[in-house]
Amino acid sequence: MDAVIQFLYTYHQEIFIVALATFLGFELISNVPSVLHTPLMSGANAISGVVIIGAIIFTGHASDWLDILVGSIALFLATLNVVGGFVVTDRMLEMFKKKKNK
Amino acid sequence: MIMNDIFQLQQNIAYTTAETILEYCYLLAAVFFVIGLKLQNKPDTARRGNIWAGAGMFLAAIATVLLQTDSHGNGITNLGIIFLSILAASIIGWYIARKVKMTAMPQLVSFFNATGGAASAIISFMGFFETSLQDKGTILVSLLGILVGSVAFSGSMIAYGKLEGKVGDIRSGLMKFVNFGLLLVSIALIVILMTVSQHTPLVTLLMFGLLFISLLYGVMFVMPIGGADMPVVISLLNAFTGIAAALTGFLYGNYAMILGGILVGSAGTILTVVMCNAMNRSLLNVIIGAFGGSEGPQGESGGIIKEIQAGDAAVLMSYSSTVTIVPGYGLAVSQAQHTVHELEKLLESKGVTVKYAIHPVAGRMPGHMNVLLAEADVSYSKLVEMDDINPEMEQTNVVVIIGANDVVNPAAINSPGSPIYGMPIIRADLAKNVIVMKRGMGKGYAGIENPLFYLDQTRMLFGNAKDSIQKLIAEIKSL
Repeated sequence: MDAVIQFLYTYHQEIFIVALATFLGFELISNVPSVLHTPLMSGANAISGVVIIGAIIFTGHASDWLDILVGSIALFLATLNVVGGFVVTDRMLEMFKKKKNK
Repeated sequence: MIMNDIFQLQQNIAYTTAETILEYCYLLAAVFFVIGLKLQNKPDTARRGNIWAGAGMFLAAIATVLLQTDSHGNGITNLGIIFLSILAASIIGWYIARKVKMTAMPQLVSFFNATGGAASAIISFMGFFETSLQDKGTILVSLLGILVGSVAFSGSMIAYGKLEGKVGDIRSGLMKFVNFGLLLVSIALIVILMTVSQHTPLVTLLMFGLLFISLLYGVMFVMPIGGADMPVVISLLNAFTGIAAALTGFLYGNYAMILGGILVGSAGTILTVVMCNAMNRSLLNVIIGAFGGSEGPQGESGGIIKEIQAGDAAVLMSYSSTVTIVPGYGLAVSQAQHTVHELEKLLESKGVTVKYAIHPVAGRMPGHMNVLLAEADVSYSKLVEMDDINPEMEQTNVVVIIGANDVVNPAAINSPGSPIYGMPIIRADLAKNVIVMKRGMGKGYAGIENPLFYLDQTRMLFGNAKDSIQKLIAEIKSL
């Protein structure tokens, strides 16, 4: 029980953010036309690459070669998620744009 | 003495300044994510929204490299390796994202989702060994991060493989129990690892065990789910990746990671539910994989299949007043979107009104078909959504179904025993004439019989979609 209280206390700010972000996510996504579902999924996927921050922090404070190696692999993968995700989303949306201008 | 104090004070302020700027950069990045997602709700602003979100990510990454310090005030080191990793991944990611064909888009999203999940799992895994085992909260967060991140990674890779056609389905009643067992084992491992108080070789072994079981669970979780349900699965795994990233954010007390991750987690969940609704199925139903797995009562099937040749189809279509095209995955597979557009223009020049009826889950993802047709320059206004086109179906002279099957299956309306009963469909069965372009008499992804093919007004045009349409175009031109 103590551990639970301790957990709730230690992370009270984080839990605050989680609760509000959950509602925000629901609110932001409701009422999206189905045409945009695929690009939106792809765009959201790119945002889940925020783990890039964690990868930078881990690699940036790593001191032995194993940590550096593993960290840079994680960083590589996270960056792939971010860059690939945003570029592929842009490519999908670019076509909608082109159509609209005609 | 006083000088010393002032010096120390200044130093403290210097740290605080960097830290403060960093925190507000994260806040700004989080705001950018929210604005980005908001703008992606409308076709007109969607592209801008994506750029906003990307800018937020760029800001967060740069600020971390420049300003982040640990509790001892040490900044980010290993800058060369960090720069190289980011540069290499950026170039490769950019290249893949630009080069891959539009039809392969869903598996690409799945692949990028896998890499994000893997990164979260790795960081959580390493984080465990840097954490004091007395700090139970952080330990729990890192263990959950490993579980969720690994499942997102291996599950997405399997989804990728399935969409590429490299991985088949495993359908067995046993899978349910296997999956449940794996989940239990991973939870048990987490509980055990929560109670240990020292980093021993055994703990390390258990950690690798957890990693392995989690990865295996991801594989087994997606394995029995049929190809038609992959969009739902990818969307769900996308939510998982978000949650994994947020858990990693807990590990570092990083609000940008938590907010970004949870936003994706809840947005992904909502999208998953929306997709399930479009197919009139519950999420649980998708996950257990009952779809097409069991041989339910099939409803009345059989009857006579009537073939049609391209020449006759050409005559029928050219002398109609309205032709509605129902595109499905078969069209995407044979890369026929440009050819279809050509057919559409040709028919329009003959005075035929051509429309496209888009089922919400046509293709492999909701909206996938719109993207493909937009790529082929098909006008936006010609793409009609299911609910708008269905009332017009009875007045439609010819419905041309190209590589679609389940989304036009009237069993969804007429036969309560059918696995897809209740799924909203495009009512092609109401049209005066139906031409079905198909490669053969194979069943759709749901693996069930389609009574539409046996109706009196239905004619089958067998062959690869692109070849068939090209033949049609040639025939129409020669009329």
